[in-house]
Amino acid sequence: MSVEATPEGATQPTTASEFLAGAKLGFPVVVASAPFAFLFGALAAKNGFTVAEATLMSATIFGGASQMVGIDLFGQKIAPWLVVLSIFAVNFRHVLYSASIGRTLSHWPVLHQAIGYFFLTDPQFAEVERKAEKGLPVTFAWYAGMGVTIYVPWVIESGLGAYFGNLIPDPHAIGMDFLLPIYFFGLVMSFRSRANWLPVVIVSGIASIIAYKTVGSPWHVSIGAAAGIALATMLPIRNGQASRP
Amino acid sequence: MSATAWIILWGAVATYLTRIGGHLVLSRFERVHPRVEAALNAVPAAVLTTLVAPAALTAGPVELVALAVAGLMSLRFGMLQLFLVSAAVLIVGRQIFG
Repeated sequence: MSVEATPEGATQPTTASEFLAGAKLGFPVVVASAPFAFLFGALAAKNGFTVAEATLMSATIFGGASQMVGIDLFGQKIAPWLVVLSIFAVNFRHVLYSASIGRTLSHWPVLHQAIGYFFLTDPQFAEVERKAEKGLPVTFAWYAGMGVTIYVPWVIESGLGAYFGNLIPDPHAIGMDFLLPIYFFGLVMSFRSRANWLPVVIVSGIASIIAYKTVGSPWHVSIGAAAGIALATMLPIRNGQASRP
Repeated sequence: MSATAWIILWGAVATYLTRIGGHLVLSRFERVHPRVEAALNAVPAAVLTTLVAPAALTAGPVELVALAVAGLMSLRFGMLQLFLVSAAVLIVGRQIFG
C-alpha cells in the first residue's frame, strides 16, 4: 500500500478508502453501460444463447462492443474461428491501453497485474491514465474498486437481459445509442493538457470517420487511432514530455 | 460443454491477450524510446476520439447540444457531473424534440 500524501495533504489513503474512491469513478460507467448490458442479454437470447451462456460471455469477455459483434456473427452461423477472430479484432485497441498503463501498473505484484489486466476496459484505462498524469499513486485497491463496480452490474444485467428478453421499452428515448459517445467525449476532453492533444484528436477523428465510411466498423477504431498515434510520433517532442510524472 | 460456450471461452482468451499483450511486449524493452513514449501518451486521446467521431458525425441537433454541454462541463466539473447533466440534456431533449 502506498503511503504518499494526497494533494490535499491530509490523510494517507487506506485500502478501503482507495477501493471506495475507485468505485465512485465506476458509477457513471455503470449508468452508461447498463442499457447495453440489458440489450446485449436480450440480443444474445434472440441469437440462440441460453441465459447461462449470455452471462458467461459477459463474465469472461467483459467488453461490450466485442460481445455484440460476437453474438451477431454467431446468429449468422459464421464459422466459430471467425467469431473468435472478430472478437479479437474489436478488442485489439486494448493492446495499446495495455502498453501504455503497463508503465503505471508494473510496480504491483505479478498476480495483481494479471488480475488487473482482465478488468482493463476503456473507462478503466482512461481513469488510470488521468491518475498517473496527476502524479497520484495507482493502487490495486483503487483499481479493483473501479473494476468490480463496473464488472458485477455488467454481468448481472446481461443475465437479466437474456432472461427477460424485450424488457427495454424504447432504447432511443432513453438515449441509449448516444450515452457512451457522451461519456467517451468527456474522457477525451479530460486529456486536453497532454502534448499534441488537439492535433491527435483532429487527425484520429477525421481518420476514423473516413475509415468508418470506407472500411467500416470496427476497423475505424484501429485505423483512426493509428493515424493519431503516428502523428504523435512525428511531431516535435516537447521538453519533459518523455518522462511522465 | 456446449459449442457456444467454447466460442465464448476462446473469445475470452483472445480478449485477455489484447488486454495484457501490449504490456508483455513493451516490458521486454529496457528503455522506451522518446518517440514510443510520445506515441503511448497519445493513446487515450487517439483511441477514445475514434469511439466518438463517427457517432458525432451522424448526430442530430439534440445529440450535438448534449455533446456541447459535455464539452463545456469538462472545463469545470468531474466525469460524474458531466455525464449525468449531459445525459439528462440528451434524454429530455429527445422527449421534447423526438
